[in-house]
Amino acid sequence: MERARALLAKPWIWSFVGAFIVWAATVAFTGGHGGGGMITAALALAVFMVIVGIGQMFVITLGPGNIDLSLPANIGLASAVAMKVMDGSDSMLAIGLMAALASGFAVGTANYLLIRALRIPPIIATLSAAFIIQSIDISYGRGLQIKPPPGFADFANLRYFGIPVLAILGIVLAIAAAIALNRTVYGRSVLAIGQNMRAAKLAGVKVHRTSFITYALCGTLGGLDGALLAAYFRGANVDIGNEYLLASIAVVVIGGTSVAGGKANVPGVWGAALFLVLLLTMLNTFGFSVGVRLVLTGLIIVGVITAAGGPRTER
Amino acid sequence: MVDARTILVKLEGVEKHFGAVRALDGVDLNIFAGECVGLVGHNGAGKSTLMNILTGTLATGAGTISISGSVEDRYSVSRALALGIRCVFQELSLCPNLSVAENTRINHPSLKGIGWQRKAAALIAQKLDEIFPGHSIDPSDIVGDLSIGRRQMVEVARAFTVTDAPLDLVILDEPTSSLDSHTAGQLLDFVRRFVGSGKSCILISHLLGEVLGNADRIVVMRDGKVVAADRAAVFDRDKLVTSMGGAAAREKVAAEAAKGTREIGPICVKARPARQRDDMQLVARSGEIIGLAGLAGNGQTDLLLAIFEAAGGSRSGIEVTAPLALVAGDRQSDGIFPQWSIARNIGIRSIERMVRGMLISSRREAELASRWQERIKIRTPDMNNNILSLSGGNQQKALFARALGSDARIILMDDPMRGVDIGTKLDVYDLIREEADSGRTFLWYTTETEELDNCDHVYVFHGGRIVANLSRDELTEEKVIQSSFDEAV
Repeated sequence: MERARALLAKPWIWSFVGAFIVWAATVAFTGGHGGGGMITAALALAVFMVIVGIGQMFVITLGPGNIDLSLPANIGLASAVAMKVMDGSDSMLAIGLMAALASGFAVGTANYLLIRALRIPPIIATLSAAFIIQSIDISYGRGLQIKPPPGFADFANLRYFGIPVLAILGIVLAIAAAIALNRTVYGRSVLAIGQNMRAAKLAGVKVHRTSFITYALCGTLGGLDGALLAAYFRGANVDIGNEYLLASIAVVVIGGTSVAGGKANVPGVWGAALFLVLLLTMLNTFGFSVGVRLVLTGLIIVGVITAAGGPRTER
Repeated sequence: MVDARTILVKLEGVEKHFGAVRALDGVDLNIFAGECVGLVGHNGAGKSTLMNILTGTLATGAGTISISGSVEDRYSVSRALALGIRCVFQELSLCPNLSVAENTRINHPSLKGIGWQRKAAALIAQKLDEIFPGHSIDPSDIVGDLSIGRRQMVEVARAFTVTDAPLDLVILDEPTSSLDSHTAGQLLDFVRRFVGSGKSCILISHLLGEVLGNADRIVVMRDGKVVAADRAAVFDRDKLVTSMGGAAAREKVAAEAAKGTREIGPICVKARPARQRDDMQLVARSGEIIGLAGLAGNGQTDLLLAIFEAAGGSRSGIEVTAPLALVAGDRQSDGIFPQWSIARNIGIRSIERMVRGMLISSRREAELASRWQERIKIRTPDMNNNILSLSGGNQQKALFARALGSDARIILMDDPMRGVDIGTKLDVYDLIREEADSGRTFLWYTTETEELDNCDHVYVFHGGRIVANLSRDELTEEKVIQSSFDEAV
């Protein structure tokens, strides 16, 4: 009883509850068919949201105003870079992956420089960076659909006992992120800055270095996501990251991370990603048209955030 | 004789519980028209809770509130304002992004239509002139750009402005905590004039001299109860301290400090304020306690921050040769991490030393916290409780623990004792002396002249510059004030 109550007090539990309800509703609708397959598919798709969601979570936790809107463009460019460098050959797999990570790292660094050196608010800086990155992507990729090496594509679709390998990697990444957040100097610094930047600086926290690492980390995770998406969907293209702008922010917020900064929640990112993917599956299964689907998605997100908002700030 | 006057506020049997904590345990209190009531007690005695009830911010658990003879059973913030009760809270409540005039408008909905800004500006300017002649605050100044002392002046002046709502009782909760002695004196003079015109005032202050010198009647609170209430004339400092139940009055601070036979080591800080024109500079040797004095907001905090930043890299005019840490005075904006436990708040300055392998060692973090809980006497059942569960004085102790528990050899203190009770102060003074004996250096900006008795020598600031360097023997309040004004010629 005590434990159950402690569990209910965790802000991330609601995203998992939501995911479960949506899954149960869908299975009930189909009369019990396809429940397992649905979970497998959801795990595979959710992991892409989780990877960028974790990056976005660190950025948002830095405090009010911090956000990375360049993720979709970043993902698109990294997917093209990865596929071009790999050039369909498995022997270039590692190098291509490194190139995608480097591309993401460069985007994150550029974002940070715009914010720090030119003092542009992050929302504007990352949005304008997105336009530039997208143009680079268009001229670099020339709109060609470049195929991944067969080994890479197989790896991205590999499953053990119905569990996608990527999902396992996603869980490992989440665990690492949770440890980094709470048990490393970097994570503590992010949390401190998000709560009170001035106090953090006066307590000796290295504010600029921490912000730089955070934007660079988010960019790098975007790069990783780009390469994996290209492998999973068997090809890179400019629009491959489009849905990850809203998704990356939604999973952070639904997952119980404070938009005001200073309070992050890693398990919630997974729960929220599963919830969003299952929600789309459910609405598809119910046979709604695109318009109705979007309206319902919006309403349900609003509902979940309101319900899972937890205790209001005191006073 | 007192009883012949009209009773403005009558509280009977007021109780308030927060969970298991009895913040107020049956309080009876009368406020008469035309008197200034001094309210004293240690942090956590229930003063602030009582005032929150009087202003309608908190609902009573039990008991009755009567204003001007009629029982108020649906008391609220708007009701209190309509009845002419206002409060200047200890935690400043101005909107930092708005101008002084705009902040004034917030309290006066009747200032509307074309030209409301002009009207609000005139209203606040007139009141500032009345309370703090020569204040140099412009109604168009943005509040966030003002020093904390000036913000407090605006906050106080705003509470006394009148448009259409009545004004009968003003509660001043630590109104002078961020003011220097000159402006504090101006405020207290004004309070006497205000009371003289038949209005009432409640003065809450940890500076007992301030209460003894200005209140008509003094009410002492302890553990959620009123333990003494009488004319001010029957109290003296010792009697107040005894009824507050704190450590016996210790006037020995100066004596204790004076007998110091401390080893003074090599120079570890040299700093010249950016606006200094002559060759005066601040020099601190290891093991010294250096005071920064003068009227509030005259460059003391700026110099501390400049020294703090110089530690990261070099900066012209400032040399720092050892690691340093800062104890903030403005707890909410410069010190506390509100989401965190007490232990994490203390540990943040030392996380780099607590890393084992790649990760911060939980054990070392807990050890640091419990060691300092004991040394600085933080009153909490569990250091893993949220920092906001502590009273203001104990939060300040946690900030001291953060600095003193770190590897810093130089501790910068930015008026850290504002609004802190005397018991906490005495604990911390002792600790500072101990730490100085072990070779640590303290640079201590304070607005309370008596605190300067703890210092080996004192730099007096005026207009962003150092204008005097006084040794402890030369140090008197008159001398500090005099030095602050000498430069003005």
